[in-house]
Amino acid sequence: MTLAHTVDNANVTRRDFLYVASAGMAAVGGALALWPFIDQMNPAADTLALKEVEFDLTPLVPGQIVTIEWQKKPVFVRRRTPEEIKAAEDTPLADLKDPQTDQSRVQKPEWLILVATCTHLGCVPSKEIKGDYGGWLCPCHGSHYDTSGRIRKGPAPKNLAVPPYEFLSDTKVLIGAEPKPAAHNAAEHG
Amino acid sequence: MSHGNYSYTPTNALTKWLDARLPIVRFVDEHLMQFPTPKNLNYWYTFGGILAFMLVVQIISGVVLAMHYVPHETLAFDSVERIMRDVNYGWLLRYVHANGASMFFIAVYLHIFRAYYYGSYKAPREVLWILGIIIYLLMMATGFLGYTLPWGQMSFWGATVITNFFSAIPFVGESITQWLWGSFAVDNSTLQRFFSLHYLLPFVIAGVVVLHIWALHVPGNNNPLGIDVKGPADTVAFHPYYTTKDGFALVVFVLFFSLFVFFMPNMLGHTDNYVPANRLVTPAHIVPEWYYLPLYAVLRSVPDKLAGVLLMFGAIFVWALLPWLDTSKVRSNKFRPIYRQFYWILMAVILILGYLGAQTADDSNVVIPWTGVELPIGKLLLSQICTVYYFLHFFLITPAIGLWETPDPLPESISKAVLAKKSGSSAPAAAA
Repeated sequence: MTLAHTVDNANVTRRDFLYVASAGMAAVGGALALWPFIDQMNPAADTLALKEVEFDLTPLVPGQIVTIEWQKKPVFVRRRTPEEIKAAEDTPLADLKDPQTDQSRVQKPEWLILVATCTHLGCVPSKEIKGDYGGWLCPCHGSHYDTSGRIRKGPAPKNLAVPPYEFLSDTKVLIGAEPKPAAHNAAEHG
Repeated sequence: MSHGNYSYTPTNALTKWLDARLPIVRFVDEHLMQFPTPKNLNYWYTFGGILAFMLVVQIISGVVLAMHYVPHETLAFDSVERIMRDVNYGWLLRYVHANGASMFFIAVYLHIFRAYYYGSYKAPREVLWILGIIIYLLMMATGFLGYTLPWGQMSFWGATVITNFFSAIPFVGESITQWLWGSFAVDNSTLQRFFSLHYLLPFVIAGVVVLHIWALHVPGNNNPLGIDVKGPADTVAFHPYYTTKDGFALVVFVLFFSLFVFFMPNMLGHTDNYVPANRLVTPAHIVPEWYYLPLYAVLRSVPDKLAGVLLMFGAIFVWALLPWLDTSKVRSNKFRPIYRQFYWILMAVILILGYLGAQTADDSNVVIPWTGVELPIGKLLLSQICTVYYFLHFFLITPAIGLWETPDPLPESISKAVLAKKSGSSAPAAAA
């Protein structure tokens, strides 16, 4: 029994309508019943609760990179040297696979804060091996990032992501801070 | 051939009573005892039975390990160490299960490449072949999920890289990976669902194996000559002829398996997986398990994320197209003098890809293993050449040779070929 059959045929009966209606109802009901089983896989409410991480910048010397954890993801905080800043700023956009200026990726040029997840397949790029562009080399599949965390060579499609953050003071940064109400300030987190 | 002259007659009151209600003895008699099987099957045909055995070994050892293992990010690693140190015979169960996975893949690769050499994918066995590829994909998934469970560094970062394959999907990639993880990265939620699925999939495999054997028993076995069975003279009963042959091969295989379990249980693993998972540091050199290495080399050969992932999956799916890409009417490579050469070239290319997949991701030159001799070619370039060749083999070489090659004359029947071989080789055999 097809739809064409029911439309063209003079023998359309109320039983045909019942067949189509029942089958349609079963399909919709099935899909509705399926959804909870699919959606339970998505991040749960406790996981979704946006966590913030406060980090004290004082111990970092120029040139140092540390890895901290935010939302179960590694985050690089890098105190850049003047040469590294200059290299990042002087790079012509035409040389970039994912063109972004260095200025658009930092709030203060000395501090580069990035989600340390390679945009290729999710490894953490190496802090020790800085690659051909002085930034990071991903050990898994050989993506090279520059001193602004921008992809320069290798299979990764995008620059290392910049997480939301804000400076609470000259030496304290709050990572994960979405645009925040003014009352939600450093005192509360201090 | 499935309609061979088998006959089952219940002999006593009980079997007569059962046969009228559930003819299970009749079924076993037809399919496992009297099933007419080509009389010329060689030892390459014993891996089907070995694979069935390995599936049972993995399920039994896995069910037992699950009684001691804890799928939680803070407890998983320690529970595996407890299995190794404190649980009675835990070390044996875990080494059997971990090395069993490798043995399973050794057997399945030999099984697949045997089917490829003798043309077992051609009509009328296409469905049998495709079911086999589905089993292989399920095995890959099960192996990957299982490797995640000890929650060592390789577990964690292997899980990260593999799940990130899905992030290559345009627009919805990131949503899909977060859906797979249940978090913003590989997390405890990921570990728990992977454990659940790792427990489930072997039973799905068992179900598809039943279909695979069903599809085998409709046309019956292919054979090294690749010609159809023409009559009862070409076959022997499965039991005792092939139960014995399979049984002997299984004993030899289990000896090989035991060599790994008892004398080099960690040789096929990676030392980094004895380091607990650390989400802040990726090991300097991450490699997948050996059975994924050729595919991993294909992935890395392409400097584009989406293209790399698509090519890697394409490298598996192309096998499903083989029955239609191969234009030759002759099944067995025994009678295909040209294609046979390309078969071995493909095998060599897959081995080279496997070697390249195990190397670091830098672009230094290729070094021949064990000799230290450096070749004047970069690893990346060689992977690219091998990847291109791999796909050319299927999409160009295979269809073209089928049309152009003149096969050697086929024997009249299996029976005649077997007898001719016996009389022809009896003199040197006697001399030896």
